[in-house]
Amino acid sequence: MNQLTIAIIFYVFAAVTVLSAAFVVFSKNIIYSAFALLFTFFGVAALYVFLSADFIAVTQVVVYVGGILVLLLFGVMFTNTIMQTELKTDVMHVVPGTLLLLLMIAGMLYTFYTTGDWMPGETQLQGSIVQRVGFETMSRFMLPFEMASIVLLVALLGAAFLARYDKAHKNEH
Amino acid sequence: MSHAPSLNTWSDALAGFNLGWFPLGLVIVAAIPLVFIALYALTYGVYGERKISAFMQDRLGPMEVGPWGLLQTLADILKLLQKEDIVPTAADKFLFVIGPLVMFVGSFLAFVVLPFGPAFIGADLNVGLFYAIGIVALEVVGILASGWGSNNKWALYGAVRSVAQIVSYEIPASIALLCGAMMAGTLSMQQFCVAQSGPFGLLHWYLFSNPVAWLPFLIYFISSLAETNRAPFDIPEAESELVAGFFTEYTGMKFAMFFLAEYGSMFMVSGIISIVFLGGWASPLPNIGSFALNTMTSGPVWGTFWIIMKSFFFIFVQMWLRWTLPRLRVDQLMYLCWKVLTPFAFVAFVLTAVWEIYK
Repeated sequence: MNQLTIAIIFYVFAAVTVLSAAFVVFSKNIIYSAFALLFTFFGVAALYVFLSADFIAVTQVVVYVGGILVLLLFGVMFTNTIMQTELKTDVMHVVPGTLLLLLMIAGMLYTFYTTGDWMPGETQLQGSIVQRVGFETMSRFMLPFEMASIVLLVALLGAAFLARYDKAHKNEH
Repeated sequence: MSHAPSLNTWSDALAGFNLGWFPLGLVIVAAIPLVFIALYALTYGVYGERKISAFMQDRLGPMEVGPWGLLQTLADILKLLQKEDIVPTAADKFLFVIGPLVMFVGSFLAFVVLPFGPAFIGADLNVGLFYAIGIVALEVVGILASGWGSNNKWALYGAVRSVAQIVSYEIPASIALLCGAMMAGTLSMQQFCVAQSGPFGLLHWYLFSNPVAWLPFLIYFISSLAETNRAPFDIPEAESELVAGFFTEYTGMKFAMFFLAEYGSMFMVSGIISIVFLGGWASPLPNIGSFALNTMTSGPVWGTFWIIMKSFFFIFVQMWLRWTLPRLRVDQLMYLCWKVLTPFAFVAFVLTAVWEIYK
């Protein structure tokens, strides 16, 4: 594949990501917003592939599409009056919001133009990326990895506790 | 590692073929699995399933169109093409149309990492197996879109059941495949097959060379039935309670799309199970002394033959189970997943780790 083809594919995915993200925000129908998120997540995964981060790209699909999006859709679908709900909030801070937006755009553009060359990594990746990720999680990033697993375990226990069939409570009625 | 030099030669040659700036070769690489799914779903999928179910129930099956009813599927396709494409008035038009498409794309995307023999694979990703498990998520979203978009109680219930089932059974399935990944020490689908090919044929396959591999093998097989909504886990489309589940409202080619997606994912899970536990494109025949049966039956063309035959065997077992076992209830389904398969998957994980350390 030559440079032009790669550029075309990149811009297609970038457009998909940005347009669907805009649709998520501006759509009046919350169901459509949720489904448009699918394309946003996939676009982001594709952008990770362009950065040669295959593992992160697949993780993005597994976690965001397989987990979060499905959970979100479940929540939206089981809410009866979802189609009638007015999505706009009463409190609208137009001026501070616009200021914040402009500041963020300015910050990103500043970083983009002042960073001369994007630095290539000092050590080039050798062989399989999965192997490298495995070694790093099991050696240098052992503590964060274990802490994340404890946080997830606590979340699981909490969810199981909340969803539990409460016998004592049932007898009171 | 005798096959290593010839790995991916066909697909690499195709991928390098450009027409000006247009990467025609890549399009052809993507089209080959698509054509394969269509052909196999027509012949083995629809016709084969009808014939197999007929023989299991002591019937003849389709016999009228063509000799032994061979042209029955073609007649069915013509019929489906002529059907009116109905979109219910109360349905959500956009989601109703996009649902089957997303579902088919989800089932087709997994074929990217499925090696059709040693010389052909869509993309030899080093996260191949992980990708194949993860991309199923798209199918889930397609089911939800069609189930909710139909605006029908049965469709919504079918979709919710189906998604709950797929999401739950992903856990034992992934842990079982993780055992396979531990044995091979890789996630690349081609390297799985390379690691299991050798002069003694099927003795190199993990199922036969590793005494604990049968446990993750069975767990993955059972979970894969649930992930493809096949009997005995077909409660999402339970005819007696839900009409047809999430595709109740669909007609014509949209209906056919669901079937293509189902047959596509049936082949995919069969392909995954044969790659991870049964050597993929590796030949089952051993070299006996100077009579080199294994060497004779290896190579790109034979490899393609072996992997398709192994997958077809598992599809046959899926059909066999469908016409043998009754359907599970919803609570039995969840019981089986969370209280039987998941704990045993963890046991299999520990046993595999112990075996890999001390073998």
